[in-house]
Amino acid sequence: MATPTELRLPRYGQEPEGTHPPLDSAGYRSTALRHPKQDLVLLPQMLTEVTGPLLGPGRLNELDNDLTRQHAGEPQGQRIIVTGRLLDGEGRPVRDSLVEIWQANAGGRYRHTGDRWPSPLDPNFDGVGRTLTDSDGRYTFTTIKPGAYPWKNHDNAWRPAHIHFSVFGSAFTQRLVTQMYFPDDPLFSQDPIFNSIPDEKARQRMVSRYDHEITQSEWALGFQFDIVLRGRDASVFEEEEDEDE
Amino acid sequence: MTRLLPTPSQTVGPYLSIGLPWPDGPHVVPEGTPGAFWIRGTVRDGNGDPVPDAMIETWQADPEGGFAHPDDPRGAPGSEFRGFGRCPTDGDGTYEILTLLPGVVPGEGGTTQAPHIDVSVFARGLLNRVVTRIYFEDQDNSADPVLATVPAERRGTLIAAKTEDGYRFDVRLQGDGETVFFSV
Repeated sequence: MATPTELRLPRYGQEPEGTHPPLDSAGYRSTALRHPKQDLVLLPQMLTEVTGPLLGPGRLNELDNDLTRQHAGEPQGQRIIVTGRLLDGEGRPVRDSLVEIWQANAGGRYRHTGDRWPSPLDPNFDGVGRTLTDSDGRYTFTTIKPGAYPWKNHDNAWRPAHIHFSVFGSAFTQRLVTQMYFPDDPLFSQDPIFNSIPDEKARQRMVSRYDHEITQSEWALGFQFDIVLRGRDASVFEEEEDEDE
Repeated sequence: MTRLLPTPSQTVGPYLSIGLPWPDGPHVVPEGTPGAFWIRGTVRDGNGDPVPDAMIETWQADPEGGFAHPDDPRGAPGSEFRGFGRCPTDGDGTYEILTLLPGVVPGEGGTTQAPHIDVSVFARGLLNRVVTRIYFEDQDNSADPVLATVPAERRGTLIAAKTEDGYRFDVRLQGDGETVFFSV
């Protein structure tokens, strides 16, 4: 086994300014009491940070990637296929990686006891999906388009339709939770969560793209949504040669 | 080579508990595993109120300090240790993780890191996860290179306190005793 001085670890690059939202984002009121006020301390990338859980097929059931087939009947709403690739900053596919989604039903209601929006629950829709990326980094879900819903953040506040995505990548530094939005949503302009991302181009990276190739005749509309995780630095940090075995 | 720009982070929102928790999520190791203990704690906001819609994830070395991961250059560890724990907070803002004490992990330049667990905290109102570390009050933390970079008066927020069946590690997102959070 190598001694500590011989550790050679990958390094994950810093993400560009403006990519991620500030934790203190006044427009989204819930950040007020939940954002740290002290400066963050830089955590060097050591073994714990450059590794991460590798969660394989043991996490999956057969119908986890088809949210329209998890009950005896079909859910209400517009059937959609959402597909895309999980990539790192160098465009390399992130393979065999767990992708988890959760979302509201077609009426904009979550199957959650805390959701009191008086839109009907759908007995045939849980709004929960899981899958693994393939060798090309690709994932696919069949689901229904979630509805918009009101919330109490500001006057006449409505969340644009969105699907929550959770991805692990292959290192602790790559862990990401995001939301996928739909093209041309009229509610973007008033949504403080979408607009918490400072950079307009970065915001657009959360918007899926309608894809007629993915769309299936008389069956489902297709959307493409690639997710890009932080990439490795081009120059790998190296110390003195060499491992003895 | 063209670099791709990353997808931004967004909050998990108030309903993360329909999609993210697993029945065995809090069990890094099965109950009854020799040496296993509970880490429990409460997540609180700037008013000191518990946060009932948060989730804790943990990532750590096995008891020998190894990671079952191809980027651990020391090769495969001797155990199939999952290393990963995940628990939503309950109505009282409390989470629990059943795990084993991680071993000593090499740092850089011949240093060693005290036993530690990396932690991600997700919640409604957090637009990005915040990251912290758990250390243990009954371990030797004196030479840890990461703790050394944390202002001395705030180090205590990273040290889990011994309890009857494990340790207590509370998270304070803001305010008095605010937990030290790291940028990664």
